[in-house]
Amino acid sequence: MLGRTLREVSEALKQGLVTPTELCQRCLSLIKKTKILNAYITVSEEAALKQAEESEKRYKKGQSLGDLDGIPVAVKDNFSTAGIETTCASNMLKGYVPPYNATVVQKLLDQGALLMGKTNLDEFAMGSGSTDGIFGPVKNPWSYSKQYREKRKQKSHGENENSHWLITGGSSGGSAAAVSAFTCFAALGSDTGGSTRNPAAHCGVVGLKPSYGLVSRHGLIPLVNSMDVPGILTRCVDDAAIVLGILAGHDPKDSTTIQDPVKPFTLPSLTDMSKLCIGIPKEYLTPELSSEVQSLWSKAANLFESEGAKVIEVSLPHTSYSIVCYHVLCTSEVASNMARFDGLEYGHRCDTDVSTEAMYAATRREGFNDVVRGRILSGNFFLLKENYENYFVKAQKVRRLIARDFVNVFNSGVDVLLTPTTLSEAVPHTEFIREDNRTRSAQDDLFTQAVNMAGLPAVSVPMALSSQGLPIGLQFIGRAFCDQQLLTVAKWFEKQVQFPVIQLQELMDDCSSVFENEKLAFASLK
Amino acid sequence: MATPILRWCCPGRRWVFAGIGSVFRHGRGVPTGSTSSGKRGQSTVAQQPLITAQKPRKGEREWAAVVGLEIHAQIASNSKLFSGSQVDFAAPPNSLVSFFDASLPGTLPVLNRRCVEAAVMTGLALDCHINRRSLFDRKHYFYADLPAGYQITQQRLPIAVNGSLVYSVCVGKRQSQMVTKTAGVKQIQLEQDSGKSLHDSLRSQTLIDLNRAGVGLLEVVLEPDMSCGEEAAAAIRELQLILQALGTSQANMAEGQLRVDANISVHNPGEPLGVRTEVKNLNSARFLAKAIDYEIQRQINELENGGKILNETRSFDYKLGCTVPMRDKEGKQDYRFMPEPNLPPLLLYDSGSLPTGTDPQQVINIDQLREQLPELPRVTREKLVQQYGMLPEHSFALLNEVGLLEFFQNVIKETRAEPKKVTSWVLNTFLGFLKQQNLAVSESPVTPSALAELLDLLDRKAISSSAAKQVFQELWRSKGKTPAQIVAEKKLELMQDAEALEQLCRSTLEAHPQVVTDVKKGNPRAINKLIGLVRRATLGRADPTVIKEVLERQLSS
Repeated sequence: MLGRTLREVSEALKQGLVTPTELCQRCLSLIKKTKILNAYITVSEEAALKQAEESEKRYKKGQSLGDLDGIPVAVKDNFSTAGIETTCASNMLKGYVPPYNATVVQKLLDQGALLMGKTNLDEFAMGSGSTDGIFGPVKNPWSYSKQYREKRKQKSHGENENSHWLITGGSSGGSAAAVSAFTCFAALGSDTGGSTRNPAAHCGVVGLKPSYGLVSRHGLIPLVNSMDVPGILTRCVDDAAIVLGILAGHDPKDSTTIQDPVKPFTLPSLTDMSKLCIGIPKEYLTPELSSEVQSLWSKAANLFESEGAKVIEVSLPHTSYSIVCYHVLCTSEVASNMARFDGLEYGHRCDTDVSTEAMYAATRREGFNDVVRGRILSGNFFLLKENYENYFVKAQKVRRLIARDFVNVFNSGVDVLLTPTTLSEAVPHTEFIREDNRTRSAQDDLFTQAVNMAGLPAVSVPMALSSQGLPIGLQFIGRAFCDQQLLTVAKWFEKQVQFPVIQLQELMDDCSSVFENEKLAFASLK
Repeated sequence: MATPILRWCCPGRRWVFAGIGSVFRHGRGVPTGSTSSGKRGQSTVAQQPLITAQKPRKGEREWAAVVGLEIHAQIASNSKLFSGSQVDFAAPPNSLVSFFDASLPGTLPVLNRRCVEAAVMTGLALDCHINRRSLFDRKHYFYADLPAGYQITQQRLPIAVNGSLVYSVCVGKRQSQMVTKTAGVKQIQLEQDSGKSLHDSLRSQTLIDLNRAGVGLLEVVLEPDMSCGEEAAAAIRELQLILQALGTSQANMAEGQLRVDANISVHNPGEPLGVRTEVKNLNSARFLAKAIDYEIQRQINELENGGKILNETRSFDYKLGCTVPMRDKEGKQDYRFMPEPNLPPLLLYDSGSLPTGTDPQQVINIDQLREQLPELPRVTREKLVQQYGMLPEHSFALLNEVGLLEFFQNVIKETRAEPKKVTSWVLNTFLGFLKQQNLAVSESPVTPSALAELLDLLDRKAISSSAAKQVFQELWRSKGKTPAQIVAEKKLELMQDAEALEQLCRSTLEAHPQVVTDVKKGNPRAINKLIGLVRRATLGRADPTVIKEVLERQLSS
């Protein structure tokens, strides 16, 4: 049952094939069994079981709240959750229990979703590996998959299998791993430069970054306010659309959300491919791109073309400036956003009480890791009066050019852009940590951060396994606020490629719990 | 509650450089005549020597002072600028703090419509250009009462620019002449107030109250168009009246709803402006004037003695009456301004540009606000002068005290007495009594109707003016009695019985033959003595002119 998609299990709940409590208990037990993944920082077992009980009552009365009622979900630990510790994987917020729910969390709970827990990330979402948080790195479930293990056995002999676990990508690695390992049916991530799409690609799940302004950021502990978007991680595109339909819309608490009413996101099946125009940005063909990803990218383009879509090469001429520009804007906003962590109102406070200034200094030194402190330092440098014009203002101008590149392409008739999500498949942790966080982020955000600067919707869809047996995802980028069109194309693609299900039997002693009744459930659906 | 009153109408100013001229000369405090050089003012009255000029002695340099002001006015609104917390001056510490005010991570600012309207109205009242599009910025600095580590303000593109503030100052020997001046309004911006820090040096700790954190402020920047403390104080007083008339701020300086920082420099006329200092902590108009004049004198002394003026922030020590450098403001702060990414540009519309089909709750129409503007103090004063033939300074005095104008108008409505008489009674007798007991108009024991009745009695000569004063005193003391009752009780009405008066006069003449002889000898003062004697005999109830008539008739018969 746990291996099914959200839509399928929702149907099963409605038909009474499974109860919310059963579902909740199975997920909780799976969370325990997959503890090695370190996907969760906090497991809110008690609250989830209580929510399941409430949901069960509603189902018994025939008063289900909708598609999400009774569905186990997980939330990245940088979303404020009332009464549940919210740490951002930082010493600074260890022990911080927010008094309010983020709007997106509230919306999930209002729909009857069961909150299983808070997922792991890089400290304050600064990273692309989910390796740099105080609770340790997240391990990619595919490290323990039958698919990957078999390939490895062929290649290397005698090496310690367990030391070669892979990173999930990040910074929403915990959420991606949680969905990938079947411990929940959907998870919230956040996406500032690719933090949802990157781990989705590495973990073989769907990662959606909605249009900026479509989903409320209220309660999302910010990295870069002008780029942050709550992200959605699911096992299929339809599920992402269901969750987006619930989360999207104006929030009076977030002035940057759109005022226009949002319709539910139901995805039609693409029938007439001839009306579709797919753009392939030539600048995304970089030397660092692995040949395997490159060939899958070409294959995908060919697939669209062979099915009748128009596929054209397009140019986004300012792409090469994007990552530097992102770095300046990101660190500047980080420097500003992190200023509130002074140990006074909440969070960590040092023991020093010589002076207020000494207390600030020690609190922030103890509370933040090197990555966070480094970004604060560079951000403050860029914002200095003498540097502001040369760095911040210039970066803003470049940002506008980058956004205009996309507008030009879409104005020329392109419906959706097709690009890689990542340079390659997930790498082992040992290899990943050879480079520092900044270098890694610059490489890993290459294909993803420009979308954030332009505020566009984008989704990473898993396409196939690499020769190593690891997932590779491709990214679709849509017009601003054309999230539905984007997802419709993604759904068609998903159906064509038939990405294989992860086989986690080796990780879980009792694999039957995941796949039991599989056939039964299948038979009763669709 | 009594409001602090500016002393601009009072004679005998105490500080040294309170001259209206823009030029100061070093010396023991006699302001020289004014020259307009080096002054950026836009006085509507031609610059002229307003105070008798003394020729500067040889070797003495002339100094011109330049004063600009930054005013922070707390917006009178129910809730804060970006959060739903209530605004209340007197609430218990930290009882009005929302998650946003405490800067809990993940919270976002939501702009308060009322605060925007207040800024637009203030901008319109000050003849500003209202920017149809304005932006919010973050200004960063670490301070315990600034929870987010930055203040949201409008640094790049404020809501209103390029306005003017017209104010008046008293000149002339008796400070009775009003001169109109204008200070440019550079800009008006919306920003957040900070919390309050209370330093407990005994226990070396700081206590923080966040009730004020996030309250909406209007920052009004006045161009350096003023040249002395008195001008600055007068400008502030006028701004205060405008804000109060608009209802956009209660603008009470004592409660911190209006805070003023002054930028001050001195230079030799014709030369470039000097290095300026900023003086903070000016919490009353009187201290503002004092601090500015002290600082001007200090800078002149410093330069005359070969010293240098540092670009620094100073605070006014009201106990010592001098300005001192502020220690914690040493060194240049770099505020690292950055656009506030959580607030889209603030767009305002007029009737022409209003987008169709929008929810009126979601847009602000400048034209609509313009129509709703109340009468401004300047217009009210002009009307008073026109309608009642009042002296301009009297119109100022009537507006200067909260509620006084309304009191005056209510008296006028109910009495047949001349407006001039009413003005005199309200401004001299009534206001005098209030001042003496430090009362506000609303606390007065004498109602407008009572005063109106009293003035009616006086008008139809039922009582003498000295009796009227007595009645007023009695009214003040014993609440609830009508003037007529008091007059009756104290037998203060003028004698209407002509026969009785004739009788009294006759007996007085008989009783004082010596004085009668004096009168007949031609001593002009002797008749006054007789009048006095008769008045005493009537217990002051007879009109002296009538007594005189009777006496003269009897003496000549």
